[in-house]
Amino acid sequence: MNDVISGSVGLVCPQTFHCADPLPLKSGALLPEFSLVYETYGTLNSDASNAVLVCHALSGNHHVAGYTDAADIDGTTGWWDNLVGPGKPLDTNKFFVVGVNNLGGCYGSSGPNTKHPKTGKLYGADFPVVTVEDWVASQARLADHLGVQSWAAVVGGSLGGMQALQWTLSYPDRLQHAVVVASAPKLTAQNIAFNEVARQAILTDPEFYGGHYYEQGVVPARGLKLARMLGHITYLSDDQMAEKFGRSLKDGALKYSYETDFQIESYLRYQGEKFSGYFDANTYLLTTKALDYFDPAESTGGNLDAALAGAKADFLLVAFTTDWRFSPERSREIMTALVHNGRRVSYAEIDSVHGHDSFLMDDAQYHAVLRTYFEEVVL
Amino acid sequence: MTPRKHIRLDLADLRADLDAIAGWIQPGERVLDLGCGDGLLLRRLMDEKQVIGYGIEKDPAGVLACLKSGVNVIQVNLERGLAGFEDGAFDHVIMSLSLQMIQNTVGLLKELLRVGREAVVSFPNFGYYTHRQAILKGRMPVSESLPYQWFDTPNVRFFTIADFEALCQEQGIAILETIALDNGERVTEDINFLADTAIYRLGRL
Repeated sequence: MNDVISGSVGLVCPQTFHCADPLPLKSGALLPEFSLVYETYGTLNSDASNAVLVCHALSGNHHVAGYTDAADIDGTTGWWDNLVGPGKPLDTNKFFVVGVNNLGGCYGSSGPNTKHPKTGKLYGADFPVVTVEDWVASQARLADHLGVQSWAAVVGGSLGGMQALQWTLSYPDRLQHAVVVASAPKLTAQNIAFNEVARQAILTDPEFYGGHYYEQGVVPARGLKLARMLGHITYLSDDQMAEKFGRSLKDGALKYSYETDFQIESYLRYQGEKFSGYFDANTYLLTTKALDYFDPAESTGGNLDAALAGAKADFLLVAFTTDWRFSPERSREIMTALVHNGRRVSYAEIDSVHGHDSFLMDDAQYHAVLRTYFEEVVL
Repeated sequence: MTPRKHIRLDLADLRADLDAIAGWIQPGERVLDLGCGDGLLLRRLMDEKQVIGYGIEKDPAGVLACLKSGVNVIQVNLERGLAGFEDGAFDHVIMSLSLQMIQNTVGLLKELLRVGREAVVSFPNFGYYTHRQAILKGRMPVSESLPYQWFDTPNVRFFTIADFEALCQEQGIAILETIALDNGERVTEDINFLADTAIYRLGRL
C-alpha cells in the first residue's frame, strides 16, 4: 500500500449488488430486478454501527473517494475526495463509507443505458421514472446486503441532501444522523423551470429519437451540452463568474460574429462538450424529474412540520451564502420544521463565493463544521 | 455587529447571570438561546434540566464550539429576527447580556415573546452608580459590566434598568420576575443605582 497518497483511501474498485426482488416504484410501476454499483471505504466494525452512506447529486456517482487508476490519479479521483478519507472530515479510520450510483444512473447501476432483463435490449426511454423515495428504497436493499441495519449517517449535497432527508422519513429507525448540505425541502418554480429548459434541450435534439438513440448509434450530445451549460450557470454565483471571467475575451479582440468572443462562452462550451461526452441524456432527464418531484410535504397539504414529524435522526444542515440555486432560505425551512418537531438539528450558513458548487469545495469553515460534527457522532 | 458576549465580562456576573436563568427553566422545556456563544448555558441546561435547546450564533468559531459540545446551533443573523419560527415554539427564549448589542430592540423583544411563551433577558445597567460617577466626571463608563471603550464597544444601545422597565410598560410586556446583581451578588433595593446587571423574566400581558 506504499502507493497510497496521503489522506486518500487509495486505489478503489467498484462492486455490484444485484437485487432479484422486485422494487415497487412511487409511480406505480414495478422494477422486476435491479443492480446497484457501489464503492466502500474503511472497514465495517463488528456491530455494523459505523456505516455512512454518501448520496450523489445530479451528475455524481458511486465513485466518491480514492482513485480508480493508479496511473492517472488526478483524472480518476472521486468527486468528494476532499471530504472522505483517512484523517479527512469524514474519516475512514472511524467510518465505513459507502458510495452508490443511483437507479437510473449511467455508471453501471440499472438505468436507461443498461439491458432490460427480459428483452435483453437497452432500456432507453423505457426505464421507469424513479423518484428520491425509490432511490432510498433501493439503497435500503443495499444496506441489507451490506449487513447495515442502521447507518451512523446518511450524507448528501443538493439532490443528495434530499435523499438524506428522505431516509429520515422512509426509514426513521435506520439512521442516526442526516447531513443535508446545500439542499431544499422541494424545488421552487424557478428551479423546475431551469430543469425544464434543460430537458427541452435534450428532448428536441434531433438525435434523441424518443430516448432510443442507442439503437441509432448516436447520442443527443447537442441537447445534453446545452442542458449542462444552463445548469453550470446556475451552480456558480454572479460574483464568482465576474471575478473568474469578467468580460475578458478569448482571443483578445471582439470578432463581430457568432463565434466565441468571451471567456465565459468558451468555458461553458468546454464544460458542456466535456459533459456530453460522458453523461447519458436519459439519465439527465430522469434525474431532473426526480428533483422536480421531490416534495415530502405534498402528502401533508404543504405542511413541512407535519411532513417531518416522523423523522428520528439528528440533523446537520449546511447552506452557502452565494448559493442561489439551493439558497440558505430553503435550508432554513428544513431547520425550522425540525425545530418545531423538537428534533436535534444544527444549521451552519457558510460564507462562500462559489455558489451551489460550494458544497464540493474545500472551504475551511465548511470542512471544520463537517469534521466537528462527524467527530461527535457516537458509534 | 456580531454579538460577542461573555468575552471580557466579569466571571462572577456571568456565573450569577447563568445561575439565575437556569433557575427559571423547568425540566424538559424547549429553550432558544439567542447569541449563545460557545453554548455554555445550553450545555448546562441540557445536562441539568434535560431541555430541548437550540442556540442562535452568528460567529463561525461559536458555531464550531457548540458542535463540539453537542449543542444544537443555528447560524443566522439576529437582526433578521426569528422569521420562520412559529408563535409559541419555545417555552423560554433567552437573551443573555446581548440585548444592548442589537439595533432593533423593540422588534426583537416582540419576536422573543412571539416565538417564546416567556423571555429571559439580561443586560448591563448603564445606571449603575460607578457609571454615573464616570459620566459626572465627564467620561464614558468603563467597568466590569461595561468593559469596552466608547470607540470599540460592540454595544449599540445604552439604557438603564428604569429605561428598560419603562419600555416594557409602553410595549405591553409583562415583567414577571427581576433579579438584580452587583458583582454577582443579589441587590434588592434601589436596583437602578446599585445593580450592574439586571435579569428579567418577561411575558405577554
